[in-house]
Amino acid sequence: MAYSEKVIDHYSNPRNIGTLNKDEKNVGTGLVGAPECGDVMRLQIQVNEESGIIEDAKFKTFGCGSAIASSSLATEWLKGKTVQEAMEIDNMAIVEELALPPVKIHCSVLAEDAIKTAINDYREKQGLEAIV
Amino acid sequence: MLPYFNSKFGNAASRNHSFGWTAEEAVDYAREQVAKLINASPKEIIFTSGATESDNLAIKGVFEMYTRKGNHIITVNTEHKAVLDSCKHVEKMGGEVTYLSPNEDGLVNLADIEAAITPKTILISIMYGNNEIGVLQPIEEISAIARKHDILFHTDATQAVGKVPVDVMAQNIDLMSFTAHKMYGPKGVGALYVRRKNPRVKVTSQLDGGGHERGMRSGTLNVPGIVGLGKACEICQNEMADEAVRLSKMRDRLEKELLTIEEAYVNGNVEHRLPHVANISFKHVEGEGLMMGIKDLAVSSGSACTSASLEPSYVLKNLGLDDDLAHSSLRFGFGRFSTDEEVDYAIDHVKTAVHKLRDMSPLWEMYKEGIDLKSVVWQEH
Repeated sequence: MAYSEKVIDHYSNPRNIGTLNKDEKNVGTGLVGAPECGDVMRLQIQVNEESGIIEDAKFKTFGCGSAIASSSLATEWLKGKTVQEAMEIDNMAIVEELALPPVKIHCSVLAEDAIKTAINDYREKQGLEAIV
Repeated sequence: MLPYFNSKFGNAASRNHSFGWTAEEAVDYAREQVAKLINASPKEIIFTSGATESDNLAIKGVFEMYTRKGNHIITVNTEHKAVLDSCKHVEKMGGEVTYLSPNEDGLVNLADIEAAITPKTILISIMYGNNEIGVLQPIEEISAIARKHDILFHTDATQAVGKVPVDVMAQNIDLMSFTAHKMYGPKGVGALYVRRKNPRVKVTSQLDGGGHERGMRSGTLNVPGIVGLGKACEICQNEMADEAVRLSKMRDRLEKELLTIEEAYVNGNVEHRLPHVANISFKHVEGEGLMMGIKDLAVSSGSACTSASLEPSYVLKNLGLDDDLAHSSLRFGFGRFSTDEEVDYAIDHVKTAVHKLRDMSPLWEMYKEGIDLKSVVWQEH
Protein backbone atom coordinates (compact mmCIF):
# COMPACT_ATOMS: atom_id res chain seq x y z
CA MET A 1 0.00 0.00 0.00
CA ALA A 2 1.37 3.36 -0.95
CA TYR A 3 1.07 6.31 1.38
CA SER A 4 -0.32 9.60 0.13
CA GLU A 5 2.08 12.50 -0.24
CA LYS A 6 0.43 14.31 2.65
CA VAL A 7 0.89 11.33 4.98
CA ILE A 8 4.54 11.12 3.97
CA ASP A 9 4.95 14.85 4.53
CA HIS A 10 3.46 14.73 8.05
CA TYR A 11 5.45 11.60 8.88
CA SER A 12 8.72 13.10 7.65
CA ASN A 13 8.10 16.58 9.06
CA PRO A 14 5.69 16.11 11.93
CA ARG A 15 4.19 19.37 13.24
CA ASN A 16 4.00 20.17 16.92
CA ILE A 17 5.64 17.16 18.52
CA GLY A 18 6.01 17.69 22.20
CA THR A 19 4.61 17.80 25.67
CA LEU A 20 2.63 20.45 27.52
CA ASN A 21 2.38 20.46 31.28
CA LYS A 22 -0.65 18.30 31.91
CA ASP A 23 -1.07 19.72 35.41
CA GLU A 24 -1.78 23.26 34.16
CA LYS A 25 -5.40 24.27 34.47
CA ASN A 26 -5.56 25.55 30.90
CA VAL A 27 -4.06 22.40 29.35
CA GLY A 28 -6.24 19.53 28.24
CA THR A 29 -4.74 16.11 27.57
CA GLY A 30 -6.20 13.26 25.54
CA LEU A 31 -4.46 9.90 25.71
CA VAL A 32 -6.22 7.33 23.57
CA GLY A 33 -5.50 3.89 22.13
CA ALA A 34 -3.55 1.06 23.71
CA PRO A 35 -0.07 -0.43 23.23
CA GLU A 36 -1.61 -3.86 22.58
CA CYS A 37 -3.62 -2.40 19.72
CA GLY A 38 -0.53 -0.92 18.11
CA ASP A 39 -1.44 2.73 18.42
CA VAL A 40 -1.44 5.26 21.22
CA MET A 41 -2.00 8.98 20.66
CA ARG A 42 -1.49 11.76 23.14
CA LEU A 43 -2.88 15.09 22.08
CA GLN A 44 -2.67 18.21 24.23
CA ILE A 45 -4.23 21.64 23.89
CA GLN A 46 -3.37 24.84 25.68
CA VAL A 47 -6.35 27.17 25.84
CA ASN A 48 -6.57 30.89 26.46
CA GLU A 49 -9.04 30.83 29.31
CA GLU A 50 -10.49 34.22 28.46
CA SER A 51 -11.03 33.85 24.75
CA GLY A 52 -11.47 30.08 24.65
CA ILE A 53 -9.02 29.95 21.77
CA ILE A 54 -6.55 27.07 21.51
CA GLU A 55 -3.17 28.77 21.58
CA ASP A 56 -0.99 25.70 21.32
CA ALA A 57 -1.35 22.03 20.54
CA LYS A 58 1.18 19.22 20.87
CA PHE A 59 1.15 15.52 20.15
CA LYS A 60 3.09 12.33 20.58
CA THR A 61 2.01 9.16 18.81
CA PHE A 62 3.03 5.53 18.89
CA GLY A 63 1.69 4.07 15.68
CA CYS A 64 1.96 3.72 11.96
CA GLY A 65 2.60 6.55 9.51
CA SER A 66 -1.12 7.25 9.11
CA ALA A 67 -1.60 7.51 12.87
CA ILE A 68 1.33 9.91 13.15
CA ALA A 69 0.04 11.98 10.23
CA SER A 70 -3.52 12.08 11.62
CA SER A 71 -2.38 13.43 14.95
CA SER A 72 0.13 15.83 13.41
CA LEU A 73 -2.62 17.22 11.17
CA ALA A 74 -4.99 17.46 14.13
CA THR A 75 -2.59 19.71 16.04
CA GLU A 76 -2.31 21.97 12.99
CA TRP A 77 -6.06 22.27 12.74
CA LEU A 78 -6.56 22.82 16.46
CA LYS A 79 -4.35 25.86 16.78
CA GLY A 80 -6.30 29.07 16.51
CA LYS A 81 -9.67 27.40 16.83
CA THR A 82 -12.00 27.94 19.76
CA VAL A 83 -12.74 24.92 21.91
CA GLN A 84 -16.25 24.91 20.45
CA GLU A 85 -14.93 24.87 16.89
CA ALA A 86 -12.42 22.16 17.74
CA MET A 87 -15.24 19.95 18.98
CA GLU A 88 -16.61 20.00 15.43
CA ILE A 89 -13.55 18.38 13.84
CA ASP A 90 -14.74 15.20 12.20
CA ASN A 91 -12.60 12.18 11.51
CA MET A 92 -13.78 12.04 7.90
CA ALA A 93 -12.24 15.44 7.27
CA ILE A 94 -8.91 13.93 8.33
CA VAL A 95 -9.51 10.92 6.06
CA GLU A 96 -10.13 13.25 3.13
CA GLU A 97 -7.24 15.60 3.81
CA LEU A 98 -4.73 12.74 4.15
CA ALA A 99 -6.37 10.46 1.55
CA LEU A 100 -6.37 7.59 4.05
CA PRO A 101 -7.37 4.19 2.67
CA PRO A 102 -10.25 2.31 4.36
CA VAL A 103 -7.88 0.15 6.43
CA LYS A 104 -6.45 3.32 8.02
CA ILE A 105 -9.73 5.07 8.86
CA HIS A 106 -9.34 3.95 12.48
CA CYS A 107 -6.29 6.26 12.71
CA SER A 108 -8.54 9.25 12.00
CA VAL A 109 -11.14 8.01 14.48
CA LEU A 110 -8.42 7.79 17.09
CA ALA A 111 -7.35 11.37 16.31
CA GLU A 112 -10.92 12.62 16.71
CA ASP A 113 -11.18 10.72 19.99
CA ALA A 114 -7.94 12.29 21.15
CA ILE A 115 -9.23 15.79 20.34
CA LYS A 116 -12.50 15.22 22.20
CA THR A 117 -10.77 13.63 25.18
CA ALA A 118 -8.35 16.55 25.40
CA ILE A 119 -11.19 19.10 25.22
CA ASN A 120 -13.17 17.29 27.91
CA ASP A 121 -10.11 17.09 30.11
CA TYR A 122 -9.78 20.86 29.74
CA ARG A 123 -13.49 21.39 30.41
CA GLU A 124 -13.42 19.31 33.56
CA LYS A 125 -10.46 21.30 34.84
CA GLN A 126 -12.51 24.42 34.23
CA GLY A 127 -15.39 22.98 36.23
CA LEU A 128 -17.48 22.33 33.14
CA GLU A 129 -19.28 19.16 32.21
CA ALA A 130 -17.75 16.81 29.68
CA ILE A 131 -19.40 16.80 26.27
CA VAL A 132 -20.31 13.33 25.16
CA MET B 1 14.54 -22.63 -17.59
CA LEU B 2 13.74 -20.03 -20.25
CA PRO B 3 13.86 -22.35 -23.35
CA TYR B 4 11.09 -24.42 -21.79
CA PHE B 5 8.70 -21.50 -22.07
CA ASN B 6 8.85 -21.38 -25.87
CA SER B 7 11.29 -23.38 -28.01
CA LYS B 8 11.13 -26.56 -25.89
CA PHE B 9 7.42 -26.45 -25.40
CA GLY B 10 6.61 -30.17 -25.01
CA ASN B 11 4.36 -31.67 -22.36
CA ALA B 12 6.30 -33.95 -20.04
CA ALA B 13 3.36 -36.34 -19.99
CA SER B 14 3.33 -36.74 -23.81
CA ARG B 15 5.11 -40.05 -24.20
CA ASN B 16 4.71 -40.45 -27.97
CA HIS B 17 6.71 -37.63 -29.50
CA SER B 18 10.13 -36.11 -29.11
CA PHE B 19 8.85 -32.78 -27.81
CA GLY B 20 7.32 -34.61 -24.90
CA TRP B 21 10.50 -36.62 -24.38
CA THR B 22 12.61 -33.47 -24.21
CA ALA B 23 10.31 -32.07 -21.56
CA GLU B 24 10.22 -35.34 -19.65
CA GLU B 25 14.01 -35.55 -19.67
CA ALA B 26 14.23 -32.03 -18.33
CA VAL B 27 11.78 -32.86 -15.55
CA ASP B 28 13.63 -36.06 -14.72
CA TYR B 29 16.90 -34.18 -14.50
CA ALA B 30 15.33 -31.54 -12.25
CA ARG B 31 13.86 -34.27 -10.07
CA GLU B 32 17.38 -35.61 -9.56
CA GLN B 33 18.74 -32.17 -8.71
CA VAL B 34 15.98 -31.63 -6.16
CA ALA B 35 16.33 -35.09 -4.65
CA LYS B 36 20.09 -34.73 -4.33
CA LEU B 37 19.83 -31.56 -2.27
CA ILE B 38 17.80 -33.31 0.42
CA ASN B 39 19.32 -36.81 0.04
CA ALA B 40 16.13 -38.36 -1.31
CA SER B 41 15.49 -40.62 -4.26
CA PRO B 42 14.07 -38.83 -7.33
CA LYS B 43 10.92 -40.94 -7.18
CA GLU B 44 10.15 -39.46 -3.78
CA ILE B 45 9.74 -35.95 -5.18
CA ILE B 46 6.19 -34.78 -5.99
CA PHE B 47 6.16 -31.48 -7.84
CA THR B 48 3.52 -28.99 -6.71
CA SER B 49 2.68 -25.32 -7.16
CA GLY B 50 4.57 -24.40 -3.99
CA ALA B 51 4.89 -25.07 -0.30
CA THR B 52 1.29 -24.12 0.46
CA GLU B 53 0.06 -26.85 -1.83
CA SER B 54 2.66 -29.25 -0.46
CA ASP B 55 1.49 -28.60 3.11
CA ASN B 56 -2.12 -29.10 2.09
CA LEU B 57 -1.29 -32.32 0.29
CA ALA B 58 0.78 -33.68 3.16
CA ILE B 59 -1.73 -32.96 5.92
CA LYS B 60 -5.05 -33.54 4.19
CA GLY B 61 -3.54 -36.35 2.12
CA VAL B 62 -2.22 -38.23 5.16
CA PHE B 63 -5.48 -37.64 7.04
CA GLU B 64 -7.50 -39.17 4.23
CA MET B 65 -5.09 -42.01 3.50
CA TYR B 66 -4.62 -43.14 7.09
CA THR B 67 -8.16 -42.69 8.30
CA ARG B 68 -8.39 -46.34 9.34
CA LYS B 69 -5.33 -45.98 11.53
CA GLY B 70 -6.45 -42.85 13.31
CA ASN B 71 -7.54 -39.23 13.00
CA HIS B 72 -5.26 -37.23 15.29
CA ILE B 73 -2.58 -34.77 14.20
CA ILE B 74 -0.07 -32.91 16.36
CA THR B 75 1.30 -29.54 15.28
CA VAL B 76 2.52 -26.26 16.80
CA ASN B 77 0.69 -22.93 16.89
CA THR B 78 3.64 -21.06 15.35
CA GLU B 79 3.44 -22.99 12.08
CA HIS B 80 2.78 -21.28 8.78
CA LYS B 81 -0.90 -20.69 7.98
CA ALA B 82 -0.70 -23.29 5.20
CA VAL B 83 -0.18 -25.92 7.91
CA LEU B 84 -2.52 -24.42 10.51
CA ASP B 85 -5.36 -23.88 8.05
CA SER B 86 -4.93 -27.37 6.60
CA CYS B 87 -5.23 -28.68 10.15
CA LYS B 88 -8.36 -26.58 10.66
CA HIS B 89 -9.75 -28.21 7.52
CA VAL B 90 -8.94 -31.64 8.92
CA GLU B 91 -10.87 -30.73 12.07
CA LYS B 92 -13.88 -29.83 9.95
CA MET B 93 -13.63 -33.23 8.32
CA GLY B 94 -13.87 -34.91 11.72
CA GLY B 95 -10.20 -35.07 12.61
CA GLU B 96 -8.63 -34.02 15.88
CA VAL B 97 -5.66 -31.68 16.08
CA THR B 98 -3.44 -30.77 19.01
CA TYR B 99 -1.83 -27.34 18.64
CA LEU B 100 1.20 -27.22 20.93
CA SER B 101 2.58 -23.92 22.23
CA PRO B 102 6.33 -23.52 21.93
CA ASN B 103 8.60 -22.25 24.65
CA GLU B 104 9.16 -18.50 24.77
CA ASP B 105 12.21 -18.91 22.53
CA GLY B 106 10.13 -20.60 19.83
CA LEU B 107 11.45 -24.13 20.36
CA VAL B 108 8.92 -26.88 20.78
CA ASN B 109 9.12 -28.88 23.98
CA LEU B 110 9.77 -32.56 23.17
CA ALA B 111 7.96 -33.73 26.29
CA ASP B 112 4.86 -31.87 25.10
CA ILE B 113 4.92 -33.85 21.85
CA GLU B 114 5.20 -37.15 23.72
CA ALA B 115 2.39 -36.15 26.03
CA ALA B 116 0.09 -35.23 23.15
CA ILE B 117 0.40 -38.60 21.39
CA THR B 118 -2.68 -40.82 21.51
CA PRO B 119 -3.37 -44.23 19.95
CA LYS B 120 -5.19 -42.27 17.22
CA THR B 121 -2.22 -40.05 16.30
CA ILE B 122 -1.24 -40.46 12.64
CA LEU B 123 0.89 -37.40 11.94
CA ILE B 124 3.22 -34.92 13.60
CA SER B 125 3.69 -31.78 11.52
CA ILE B 126 6.33 -29.38 12.79
CA MET B 127 8.20 -26.87 10.68
CA TYR B 128 11.93 -27.04 10.13
CA GLY B 129 12.74 -23.34 10.45
CA ASN B 130 10.26 -20.62 11.31
CA ASN B 131 9.51 -17.98 8.71
CA GLU B 132 9.22 -15.09 11.17
CA ILE B 133 11.86 -15.78 13.79
CA GLY B 134 14.05 -18.32 12.01
CA VAL B 135 14.07 -20.78 14.91
CA LEU B 136 15.18 -24.29 13.89
CA GLN B 137 13.26 -27.09 15.56
CA PRO B 138 15.06 -30.24 16.81
CA ILE B 139 14.10 -32.29 13.75
CA GLU B 140 16.05 -35.47 14.62
CA GLU B 141 14.57 -35.62 18.11
CA ILE B 142 11.04 -35.03 16.84
CA SER B 143 11.34 -37.68 14.13
CA ALA B 144 12.72 -40.12 16.69
CA ILE B 145 9.60 -39.65 18.78
CA ALA B 146 7.43 -40.14 15.69
CA ARG B 147 9.31 -43.31 14.74
CA LYS B 148 9.06 -44.72 18.24
CA HIS B 149 5.27 -44.41 18.15
CA ASP B 150 4.89 -45.43 14.50
CA ILE B 151 3.57 -41.99 13.55
CA LEU B 152 4.41 -40.15 10.33
CA PHE B 153 6.46 -36.96 10.52
CA HIS B 154 5.91 -34.04 8.16
CA THR B 155 7.99 -30.90 8.20
CA ASP B 156 7.41 -27.64 6.38
CA ALA B 157 11.01 -26.92 5.40
CA THR B 158 10.27 -23.97 3.12
CA GLN B 159 12.71 -21.68 4.94
CA ALA B 160 15.38 -24.30 5.50
CA VAL B 161 15.92 -26.22 2.25
CA GLY B 162 18.77 -24.61 0.37
CA LYS B 163 19.81 -22.59 3.43
CA VAL B 164 20.94 -25.32 5.86
CA PRO B 165 21.79 -28.99 5.20
CA VAL B 166 18.63 -31.09 5.14
CA ASP B 167 18.88 -34.88 4.91
CA VAL B 168 15.58 -36.75 4.82
CA MET B 169 17.33 -40.10 5.33
CA ALA B 170 19.55 -39.20 8.26
CA GLN B 171 16.84 -37.08 9.85
CA ASN B 172 14.06 -39.65 9.32
CA ILE B 173 11.67 -37.22 7.67
CA ASP B 174 8.61 -38.87 6.09
CA LEU B 175 7.09 -35.89 4.30
CA MET B 176 8.65 -32.49 3.62
CA SER B 177 7.32 -29.36 1.93
CA PHE B 178 9.50 -26.79 0.22
CA THR B 179 9.38 -24.24 -2.55
CA ALA B 180 11.52 -22.81 -5.33
CA HIS B 181 11.27 -19.10 -4.71
CA LYS B 182 12.83 -19.29 -1.23
CA MET B 183 16.01 -20.48 -2.91
CA TYR B 184 16.00 -17.99 -5.78
CA GLY B 185 14.00 -20.18 -8.13
CA PRO B 186 10.78 -19.10 -9.83
CA LYS B 187 7.54 -18.49 -7.93
CA GLY B 188 4.66 -20.93 -8.24
CA VAL B 189 6.59 -24.19 -8.10
CA GLY B 190 7.58 -26.38 -5.19
CA ALA B 191 7.70 -29.95 -4.06
CA LEU B 192 6.58 -32.44 -1.47
CA TYR B 193 8.99 -35.15 -0.48
CA VAL B 194 7.08 -38.39 0.18
CA ARG B 195 9.11 -41.27 1.62
CA ARG B 196 8.95 -44.51 -0.39
CA LYS B 197 10.77 -46.90 1.95
CA ASN B 198 10.82 -47.54 5.70
CA PRO B 199 7.99 -46.74 5.82
CA ARG B 200 6.37 -46.41 2.41
CA VAL B 201 4.23 -43.32 2.78
CA LYS B 202 1.18 -42.54 0.70
CA VAL B 203 -1.01 -39.48 0.53
CA THR B 204 -4.45 -39.18 -0.99
CA SER B 205 -4.38 -36.88 -3.98
CA GLN B 206 -6.02 -33.51 -3.39
CA LEU B 207 -6.20 -32.75 -7.11
CA ASP B 208 -7.92 -35.44 -9.13
CA GLY B 209 -7.28 -35.89 -12.80
CA GLY B 210 -4.68 -37.48 -15.01
CA GLY B 211 -2.82 -39.27 -12.25
CA HIS B 212 0.47 -37.42 -12.64
CA GLU B 213 3.18 -37.63 -10.00
CA ARG B 214 2.51 -41.25 -9.08
CA GLY B 215 -1.18 -40.51 -8.67
CA MET B 216 -0.57 -38.08 -5.81
CA ARG B 217 -0.83 -34.83 -7.73
CA SER B 218 -2.65 -34.65 -11.04
CA GLY B 219 -2.11 -31.79 -13.42
CA THR B 220 0.23 -31.02 -16.31
CA LEU B 221 3.67 -30.37 -14.93
CA ASN B 222 4.99 -26.82 -14.87
CA VAL B 223 8.06 -27.75 -16.91
CA PRO B 224 9.85 -24.37 -16.94
CA GLY B 225 9.18 -23.90 -13.24
CA ILE B 226 10.41 -27.37 -12.40
CA VAL B 227 13.58 -26.86 -14.45
CA GLY B 228 14.10 -23.62 -12.53
CA LEU B 229 13.55 -25.35 -9.19
CA GLY B 230 16.06 -28.05 -10.15
CA LYS B 231 18.69 -25.51 -11.10
CA ALA B 232 18.03 -23.51 -7.94
CA CYS B 233 18.58 -26.66 -5.86
CA GLU B 234 21.83 -27.40 -7.64
CA ILE B 235 23.17 -23.90 -7.05
CA CYS B 236 22.15 -24.00 -3.40
CA GLN B 237 23.80 -27.37 -2.98
CA ASN B 238 27.09 -25.93 -4.23
CA GLU B 239 26.95 -22.61 -2.43
CA MET B 240 24.98 -23.34 0.73
CA ALA B 241 27.85 -23.97 3.14
CA ASP B 242 29.79 -20.81 2.28
CA GLU B 243 26.62 -18.79 1.92
CA ALA B 244 25.40 -19.75 5.39
CA VAL B 245 28.65 -18.50 6.92
CA ARG B 246 28.50 -15.25 4.95
CA LEU B 247 24.86 -14.58 5.79
CA SER B 248 25.12 -15.40 9.48
CA LYS B 249 28.12 -13.06 9.77
CA MET B 250 26.11 -10.24 8.23
CA ARG B 251 23.08 -11.08 10.34
CA ASP B 252 25.10 -11.22 13.54
CA ARG B 253 26.75 -7.90 12.81
CA LEU B 254 23.41 -6.22 12.16
CA GLU B 255 21.95 -7.75 15.28
CA LYS B 256 24.87 -6.78 17.49
CA GLU B 257 24.72 -3.19 16.26
CA LEU B 258 20.97 -2.86 16.60
CA LEU B 259 21.00 -4.34 20.08
CA THR B 260 23.10 -1.39 21.19
CA ILE B 261 19.83 0.52 20.94
CA GLU B 262 18.19 0.73 24.33
CA GLU B 263 15.21 -1.61 24.88
CA ALA B 264 15.79 -3.70 21.76
CA TYR B 265 15.24 -7.45 21.96
CA VAL B 266 15.80 -10.44 19.69
CA ASN B 267 12.74 -12.66 19.30
CA GLY B 268 13.32 -16.40 19.20
CA ASN B 269 16.18 -18.69 20.12
CA VAL B 270 19.49 -17.30 18.83
CA GLU B 271 21.49 -20.55 18.89
CA HIS B 272 19.13 -22.76 16.93
CA ARG B 273 18.35 -20.42 14.12
CA LEU B 274 18.46 -20.08 10.35
CA PRO B 275 21.54 -18.13 9.24
CA HIS B 276 19.66 -15.45 7.34
CA VAL B 277 16.91 -14.29 9.69
CA ALA B 278 16.83 -11.79 12.55
CA ASN B 279 13.66 -10.70 14.30
CA ILE B 280 14.09 -7.73 16.62
CA SER B 281 11.60 -5.72 18.67
CA PHE B 282 12.27 -2.06 19.40
CA LYS B 283 10.10 -1.27 22.36
CA HIS B 284 7.72 1.68 22.21
CA VAL B 285 8.15 2.08 18.46
CA GLU B 286 5.44 0.73 16.19
CA GLY B 287 6.68 -1.58 13.45
CA GLU B 288 4.88 -0.15 10.47
CA GLY B 289 5.79 3.38 11.45
CA LEU B 290 9.37 2.19 11.65
CA MET B 291 9.22 0.52 8.25
CA MET B 292 8.04 3.78 6.76
CA GLY B 293 11.19 5.44 8.06
CA ILE B 294 13.41 2.87 6.36
CA LYS B 295 11.43 2.45 3.19
CA ASP B 296 14.46 1.57 1.09
CA LEU B 297 14.83 -1.60 3.16
CA ALA B 298 12.59 -4.55 2.35
CA VAL B 299 11.85 -5.75 5.87
CA SER B 300 8.61 -6.96 7.41
CA SER B 301 6.92 -6.37 10.71
CA GLY B 302 4.78 -8.32 13.12
CA SER B 303 2.79 -5.15 13.60
CA ALA B 304 -0.95 -5.36 13.12
CA CYS B 305 -0.90 -2.36 10.83
CA THR B 306 1.01 -4.28 8.18
CA SER B 307 -1.64 -6.97 7.96
CA ALA B 308 -5.14 -6.73 6.57
CA SER B 309 -6.52 -8.36 9.71
CA LEU B 310 -5.17 -5.65 12.05
CA GLU B 311 -3.95 -8.44 14.30
CA PRO B 312 -0.29 -8.56 15.31
CA SER B 313 1.88 -11.55 14.40
CA TYR B 314 0.36 -14.73 15.82
CA VAL B 315 3.80 -16.30 15.82
CA LEU B 316 5.20 -13.69 18.21
CA LYS B 317 1.97 -13.74 20.24
CA ASN B 318 2.17 -17.49 20.58
CA LEU B 319 5.68 -17.23 21.96
CA GLY B 320 3.96 -15.57 24.87
CA LEU B 321 5.31 -12.12 24.01
CA ASP B 322 3.22 -9.13 24.94
CA ASP B 323 1.25 -7.73 22.02
CA ASP B 324 3.17 -4.49 22.20
CA LEU B 325 6.44 -6.34 21.52
CA ALA B 326 4.86 -7.97 18.48
CA HIS B 327 3.72 -4.55 17.26
CA SER B 328 7.29 -3.32 17.67
CA SER B 329 9.02 -6.08 15.75
CA LEU B 330 10.95 -6.07 12.52
CA ARG B 331 12.12 -9.12 10.64
CA PHE B 332 15.32 -8.80 8.68
CA GLY B 333 16.16 -11.31 5.98
CA PHE B 334 19.50 -11.72 4.26
CA GLY B 335 20.18 -13.37 0.96
CA ARG B 336 22.51 -14.13 -1.89
CA PHE B 337 22.47 -10.56 -3.08
CA SER B 338 22.87 -8.85 0.29
CA THR B 339 26.10 -6.92 0.72
CA ASP B 340 28.05 -5.54 3.67
CA GLU B 341 27.36 -2.03 2.43
CA GLU B 342 23.65 -2.75 2.63
CA VAL B 343 24.06 -3.99 6.17
CA ASP B 344 25.83 -0.73 7.08
CA TYR B 345 23.00 1.19 5.46
CA ALA B 346 20.39 -0.82 7.35
CA ILE B 347 22.12 -0.36 10.71
CA ASP B 348 22.44 3.36 10.18
CA HIS B 349 18.89 3.95 9.00
CA VAL B 350 17.18 1.72 11.55
CA LYS B 351 19.01 3.46 14.38
CA THR B 352 18.04 6.89 13.07
CA ALA B 353 14.41 5.89 12.56
CA VAL B 354 14.07 4.27 16.00
CA HIS B 355 15.44 7.38 17.72
CA LYS B 356 13.24 9.68 15.67
CA LEU B 357 10.10 7.68 16.39
CA ARG B 358 10.88 7.34 20.07
CA ASP B 359 11.13 11.13 20.27
CA MET B 360 7.52 11.23 19.19
CA SER B 361 6.32 8.16 21.11
CA PRO B 362 4.20 8.84 24.21
CA LEU B 363 5.05 5.34 25.42
CA TRP B 364 8.76 6.02 25.29
CA GLU B 365 8.25 9.27 27.22
CA MET B 366 6.21 7.44 29.86
CA TYR B 367 8.76 4.64 30.05
CA LYS B 368 11.52 7.22 30.57
CA GLU B 369 9.51 8.85 33.33
CA GLY B 370 9.39 5.51 35.07
CA ILE B 371 5.69 4.91 34.52
CA ASP B 372 4.75 1.24 34.45
CA LEU B 373 2.84 1.01 31.17
CA LYS B 374 1.01 -2.05 32.41
CA SER B 375 -0.52 -0.03 35.23
CA VAL B 376 -2.04 2.52 32.86
CA VAL B 377 -5.73 2.15 32.08
CA TRP B 378 -5.73 2.27 28.29
CA GLN B 379 -8.64 3.41 26.26
CA GLU B 380 -8.84 0.52 23.86
CA HIS B 381 -10.70 1.04 20.67
